[in-house]
Amino acid sequence: MKFPWRRDRKQQELEQELQTHLKMAASDLLERGESAARAQQAVRREFGNVDLVRQVTRDQWGWRWLEELLQDLRYGARMLRKNPGFTLVAVLTLALGIGANTAIFSVVNGVLLNPLPYPHAEQLVTLHESKPNFEFGSISYPNFRDWQRDNRSFSSMAIARRINFSLTGVGEAEQVRARYISSDFFSTVGVNPVLGRDFAPGEDEIGAAPIALISAGFWKRKFGSSPDVLGKSLTLDGRNYTIVGVVPANFDLFLKSFQLAEIYVPIGQWNNPMLPKRGAGLGVHGIARLKPGVSIEQARADMGEVSRNLAAAFPDDNKGVAASLIPLRQDMLGDVQPILLVLLAAVAFVLLIACVNVANLLLARSAGRAREFAIRTALGAGQGRILRQLLTESILLALAGGALGLVLAQWGTQSALKHLPADLPRAAGIGLDARVLIFTAVVSLLAGILFGLAPALKTRTPKLQNTLKEGGRGADTTRHRAQSVFVVVEMAMALVLLIGAGLMIRTMTHLWNVDPGFRPQNVMTFGISLPPSMMNASPDAIRAALRELDARLAATPGVAAMAQTWEALPFGYDDERVFWFDGQPKPASQNDMNWTIDYVVGPGYLQTMGIPLQRGRFFTAQDNEHAPLVIAIDDVFARKYFGSQNPLGKGIVFNDTGKRAEIVGVVGHVHQWGLDSDDTQPLRAQVYIPCMQMPDAYMAMVPSGIGVVVRAANNTAGLLDSIRSTSRQMSSQQVLFGALTMDQIISDSLAARRFSMILLGIFAALALLLSSVGIYGVISYLVGQRTQEIGIRVALGARRWDVLRLVLTHSVKMAVLGVLIGVAASLALTRLMDKMLYGVSATDPFTFLAVAIVLTFVALAASYLPARRAMRVDPIVALRYE
Amino acid sequence: MASRYQNRIELLQGTLDLLILQTLQWGPRHGYGISQAIRANSGEILQVDTGSLYPALHRLERQKWIAADWKLSENKQRVRVYRLTATGKKQLLSERSRWEQLSDAIAGVLSPARRGGQA
Repeated sequence: MKFPWRRDRKQQELEQELQTHLKMAASDLLERGESAARAQQAVRREFGNVDLVRQVTRDQWGWRWLEELLQDLRYGARMLRKNPGFTLVAVLTLALGIGANTAIFSVVNGVLLNPLPYPHAEQLVTLHESKPNFEFGSISYPNFRDWQRDNRSFSSMAIARRINFSLTGVGEAEQVRARYISSDFFSTVGVNPVLGRDFAPGEDEIGAAPIALISAGFWKRKFGSSPDVLGKSLTLDGRNYTIVGVVPANFDLFLKSFQLAEIYVPIGQWNNPMLPKRGAGLGVHGIARLKPGVSIEQARADMGEVSRNLAAAFPDDNKGVAASLIPLRQDMLGDVQPILLVLLAAVAFVLLIACVNVANLLLARSAGRAREFAIRTALGAGQGRILRQLLTESILLALAGGALGLVLAQWGTQSALKHLPADLPRAAGIGLDARVLIFTAVVSLLAGILFGLAPALKTRTPKLQNTLKEGGRGADTTRHRAQSVFVVVEMAMALVLLIGAGLMIRTMTHLWNVDPGFRPQNVMTFGISLPPSMMNASPDAIRAALRELDARLAATPGVAAMAQTWEALPFGYDDERVFWFDGQPKPASQNDMNWTIDYVVGPGYLQTMGIPLQRGRFFTAQDNEHAPLVIAIDDVFARKYFGSQNPLGKGIVFNDTGKRAEIVGVVGHVHQWGLDSDDTQPLRAQVYIPCMQMPDAYMAMVPSGIGVVVRAANNTAGLLDSIRSTSRQMSSQQVLFGALTMDQIISDSLAARRFSMILLGIFAALALLLSSVGIYGVISYLVGQRTQEIGIRVALGARRWDVLRLVLTHSVKMAVLGVLIGVAASLALTRLMDKMLYGVSATDPFTFLAVAIVLTFVALAASYLPARRAMRVDPIVALRYE
Repeated sequence: MASRYQNRIELLQGTLDLLILQTLQWGPRHGYGISQAIRANSGEILQVDTGSLYPALHRLERQKWIAADWKLSENKQRVRVYRLTATGKKQLLSERSRWEQLSDAIAGVLSPARRGGQA
């Protein structure tokens, strides 16, 4: 019944019905002998006003509101078309504001709001081991088994550890990302294999048969998704694993400690001799599912008890060790949530500024329309009807802005995603879905009401006679007061955004100026795995292969220096060892020993990385497996343990080997933990150990992958290709993987901050632009209003300087007020950014002052053009004007 | 003709609906036919104002008391013919009884003695 197209038809039918009635009445009169002309006249008279009949009949259809709405819309559209300049500026302003909001909201929606893709995700927690130096450290395998057995809070508990395998026998040899998992890893998360079966309990024990699960992506890539993949075998690091199942393509935990993998094998298959040791820290982290109804606090209390019992039973390894739990959602999104919320708040400010600007435009325009509304009121339009008309117009503007904004957002999100920090979790889920569209629609409507309401209310009470008499220039004082308030609000919001952006820029400048302790330029790092035939080779054969690798890589054209690096890499991955000092008795428990970061490296490491040698010497090729054990320490280690004493010649004993190694050199400290947080980390002492002096037991793990750092003679471009060809010449089954430049690694570590800085910068620039347009508009308007007054002043002898001061005084007042309010708001709001800042406080006086000065000058500059017009006012013209 | 206009009685609020429904009880009719029938049956006294007739017809149609179809009349004109619906019949009954109550009441007020005498 209520569709407009049906309404048109009905209109025609009513017309026909009425015409037929008229005809029949006329022909009746004719039959009675009236003349045709008289009959027509009589019928018309009897019928009355046909238009009114039509109108009243139509009202019976119950479509009055719709007709009025359509009328308002038509009228509104006509008004907007008649002022293309105004419409264009308003729609573009709104499109920028709404588009930016839609873009950021679609990120927030995809990352924070969409539910996690696991059944009862709220029951999932990540599991870590807290110990000295590490709040969320790695879990040892024996502790995991005991936790699994002793806890009463979890329905299941699993661990995983990432690993790279050399895959051979299926196409070209390659390095694949894999994960060691315990049997109930997938059942804990709530993921079922799409083909085959999950690991069964017990299959993850040390010594069980080698089996594997593969990802759907790997299944497709290597086996064309063929169902007969089950039972086939995969050669990983030279060992055969039987494929028992395929896990779904979209499976991901979005955690740094659980990187996406293509292959999953039971953790018992790990040939690491440290695995069964209770004190080992091997990068193993866990995930567990709370029993229904058990809260995380209850689980923490329960695990606390379990940990205390284990500490009592195994004091050597477990003293001071406890389980630490984080809800999965928090672990996954805890880092990005504050950043995204700050950005969302910033972008909301941009929209508010855009709304204020459009409200200002509407207000200025309503000056010209006051007469129009007075006439409409005089002709009988109700106040409500005019208010509705104005709101219809502003909502029409807002919806147009919203539609355009949606296009901008789609484009903006796509391009922003390319620059997003690589570790933004769930970035793939970002897009325009129903919720985003609803958000945009609601935001547009709200914006339309918001910026439409102020001018609409201002026009609501025109003093009818005055307005008509004045030629449509009524209600001026209230109007420009409102405009000035708008400008002050706008300036305050722009100031908040500028301070936010300023703080991020200062943060980034500080970070860029942090000396990482090495020279990252022209340094490249990659992983390399030896051919599978080396997997079971003797330690001596492996050492020989590594020496060969050193020689061949060093001789590769373009390589200035190179070194192997086995354990830790600055900004990359870390490794720790415990030790005591030679001459002291061995401490009773591991927890009474000292901790240090250890870099197991080749002799060329210092030269390659550009780390300065401060005392003594670094390793040479002669510091090999036959020579006395030597180490080098960094200056933090030296200061911490030796103070002003000379550390050279002193010895330390590592817990894993139990042998004394002598300190032969002191080198500069390297920022292991990133540019920002290294200074505040508890564990900073660093030790360097020559690769060749590592115990034989370690050599077995080396063929599956070691790190290499290379310094390029000129630049890193093309270097990888020549290194790759060197590697291929050595063996086609030797795989090179994970190549990155050190510059890139450092840059990636700043990606999240850089991203926020760029976005905040863009938003602040937008805010600055919009508010200067606002100030310009208001001052122009005021100058226009005061032309006559200025003319009189000039006629009475005011100088141009006086006129300029007259105009600028008003903008300075607005600017100062805006700055004051903005500073107060910023003091409260920038605290939200605390976690994103480095080297600068959230209330940094320099930033606040600089931004306040910049904003005041921009406000003055925006007022200067209209002020100059005022200075040129010719008194004669101005006075003749009225 | 002028006299007829002078004799016209303004219809009471709501009675037009009753008259239309009653008229349609004897069979479907078009708008002009309805106005003619009311005039004829009232002895030319009730003159339905066209400006009230069509709004009333469309209102009754919206309330589903009457329904309309396009048909060809005897002189081959397309006319919109209204007919009474089932709910319209019920409505007619209730409006009639209300009308009868009302006219009794008015009659009582106008001649109280006669009413009292009957009782």
